[in-house]
Amino acid sequence: MTRRLVTLAIALALILVVVAPTLAQDDLSGQLEIFSWWAGDEGPALEALIAEYNTLHPNVEVNNATVTGGSGVNAKAVLKTRMLGGDAPDSFQVHAGQELIGTWVVADRMEDLTFLFEQEGWMDVFPQGLLDLISTDEGIWSVPVNIHRSNVMWYVPANLEQWGVEAPATWDDFLAICPTLQDQDITPLSVGENWTMIHLWESVAVSQLGTDGWNALWTGEKSWLDDDVVATWDLFGQILDCSNADEDAATLSWQQATDKVVNGEAAFNVMGDWAAGYMMTTLGLEPETGFGWVASPGTAGTFIMLSDSFGLPIGAPDRDNAIAWLQLLGSNEGQDIFNPLKGSIAARLDSDLSLYSVYSQSAAADWQADTIVGSLQHGAAANESFMGEFPTVMELFLGARNSQAAANASQVVCIQSRICEG
Amino acid sequence: MDWDRLYAFGAILPSVILLGIFVYGFIGETVYWSLTSWRGVELNPTKAYIGIQNYKDLFTAFGSIEPKFRLGIVNTFFFTAFFLVGCLTLGFLLAVLLDQNIKSEGIFRTIFLFPMALSFAVTGTIWRWLFNPGGGINALPTVVGADPLTFKWLNNRSAFTFNWHEVPWPITAIIMLGLLAYFAMQVSRRNYLKAIFFGVPMVLIFAWVAADFATWDPARKDELMHGLFQWSTMLDVIAAVIVILFCLGTIQALWHSSRTAIWLGVPTMLLVLWYFTGGPDSLPKLDIPEAESPYGFNMALIALIIAAVWQLSGYTMAMYLAGIRGVSDELREAARVDGCNEVQVYTKIILPLLRPITLSAAIVLGHISLKIFDLIFAMVGPDFLPTTVPGVQVYSMFRSNEFAKGSAIAVVLLMMVAIIIIPYLATQLRGEHEV
Repeated sequence: MTRRLVTLAIALALILVVVAPTLAQDDLSGQLEIFSWWAGDEGPALEALIAEYNTLHPNVEVNNATVTGGSGVNAKAVLKTRMLGGDAPDSFQVHAGQELIGTWVVADRMEDLTFLFEQEGWMDVFPQGLLDLISTDEGIWSVPVNIHRSNVMWYVPANLEQWGVEAPATWDDFLAICPTLQDQDITPLSVGENWTMIHLWESVAVSQLGTDGWNALWTGEKSWLDDDVVATWDLFGQILDCSNADEDAATLSWQQATDKVVNGEAAFNVMGDWAAGYMMTTLGLEPETGFGWVASPGTAGTFIMLSDSFGLPIGAPDRDNAIAWLQLLGSNEGQDIFNPLKGSIAARLDSDLSLYSVYSQSAAADWQADTIVGSLQHGAAANESFMGEFPTVMELFLGARNSQAAANASQVVCIQSRICEG
Repeated sequence: MDWDRLYAFGAILPSVILLGIFVYGFIGETVYWSLTSWRGVELNPTKAYIGIQNYKDLFTAFGSIEPKFRLGIVNTFFFTAFFLVGCLTLGFLLAVLLDQNIKSEGIFRTIFLFPMALSFAVTGTIWRWLFNPGGGINALPTVVGADPLTFKWLNNRSAFTFNWHEVPWPITAIIMLGLLAYFAMQVSRRNYLKAIFFGVPMVLIFAWVAADFATWDPARKDELMHGLFQWSTMLDVIAAVIVILFCLGTIQALWHSSRTAIWLGVPTMLLVLWYFTGGPDSLPKLDIPEAESPYGFNMALIALIIAAVWQLSGYTMAMYLAGIRGVSDELREAARVDGCNEVQVYTKIILPLLRPITLSAAIVLGHISLKIFDLIFAMVGPDFLPTTVPGVQVYSMFRSNEFAKGSAIAVVLLMMVAIIIIPYLATQLRGEHEV
């Protein structure tokens, strides 16, 4: 029996050796190491991409180096260690925008991808707002694979009807219906641990400062001490008074904060649109009937985006294979294989919307039409130095609820991270 | 140089080299980084030597990181103190209970020891669920039909800042009179050594009360820890503590008329002379603005302390139990014949005999709690301010590419642990040689 198996295996191997070169008219060979934090729920989407790459370039052995941990907490640390140790992967996942630019581009560790964008005709298929976020004067630095929206407010339509309220269009509307809900022992807005607060804050800030004011914060043209920024903190405090911030927020994950809306303890929750994937896939709810969504108050017409992207580190051991990988990521096929599985939308404006869920189709429509700005919490707007210290500012505010102190602290962080002039 | 020695030397040489590079070499590297201005991840980063500026900043500056660091030091102090007391008392009580010749002692011993088999990350995650204000522990009373508790555990952002003004003055007076009475009792019984050792903390408490009343400003009632420690006087405090320790050491050496008194006495006298001739004034004054927020005991630490004590009191129990089993029955019998009751047997006979075990347990637990990271990371994440500790801050500095400042915090942490560990190791090594 075993002898037969061995014979069979040898025969198969021989056939492969003889046939394989004739099958693939592909000159790429060797290795490709991709570094990402897509595991668990997002694993299948990445697997599908790798499978596609393998059919295109069968002689390349893809090495999928995944480090688990939500939004790349652990992966970023491992990546930093590897890069500093001179052991760069061929291509790594990074949030598009300042998380990449402020850390790796200013450090001269990334290759400019302008040649690839021009060669593939990507300058015309990605929206200008996105191109602005991933470029500097020196070049374009990464290929965006997917787009998530940060400024979405989630609710359960049936519950709102029962409580006699409607989804608010502005924060003033929200503060107006807040007592109605609190009288019925409903938390008007559910929030979770520190980072979800920052996530909420960026929606509030964009609604108050407008897209220009928001962008000016990140170019250093606008001071954090300006009156309208301080007023943002005031409003944020009022919103938190209508939430579970003082009860159990500090220890809730984002899923638990979303659960509060689903099980009727809370009316609204502001979270990125991975929440849609969570409610559809994990909780089995139908979009539009099981859960509803609206742009977070005061941000209709604005799309606060975050994007996972891949770049090309200088000194990548298998540069050609990595470029082929980036070509696949930026192509229509690649984006439409990946995004329906991930629950995000394609960064390209010409993707096939019939492949996507009801929610994603609505997000894609906004992506085509809205003004695009970058998210702070998810790496598009500010560099890692700022992102690393802003949680402390948020904590100071949550503890003392002092708007001026929060503004002063943000200005200090802004100067220390070299966004503002000190 | 005989073969035997050469052989022994050759045998330990690999580990000496490996330790030298991978432990001490890297510690040296970290210390060097902490003296530079390294931030960012450039290919050839600027690592300009800036002396002890990073350390100065940590204790005086008002950036985004530094006040957090000072809060972290205070948190570590409180966490360590309560964690040690909790583990040692609970561990000893459990050991005493198991010592009562109960049935199926093995099962209980295993149950008490089990938590130690878990990692802090697991413990933290589970206790995080238990401390959820909407359920878990707060829901316990509902089992018997009572109302649920409303304590917010980890979500509690309030701090307990204590000053003597909050205590009604009769109670303050009673406390101080009680201390004095105990002191007088020791003196009258001619326990002079005990009296001196008790006198030091007593004087400190008196000084605290006095300082509190001297600096009291009704307008800033809730803003300052009156009379207690402030960062600006930190070097003074450290100097005073060193002087006191030297004095106590000398007194004890004189008392036992050991030779140590001679070579300890001279520096002690010099130190006292320096201290009382305006020595502390020559120390650099830390320039701390008055804007420093008050430091107190953060209520959110309670949940962390409970989880940590749950995890490690079983370990303390195991150590004490081994010690109790080592006390011979003849001693206990003799004590009972002399009229000791059961409680006194444990407090007067066994506990003093177990002093080495208490010390070992305190050292092990102390260094665990000083560098605690995983428990806090799992329970509240790295950014929660009320429970921030230096161990977590090293991580967040790495996250923001502030490598020099992170190294400085790591070095401070190393020193804190070294203060505990090194004297212990020294006594242990000396003990081995004497045997």
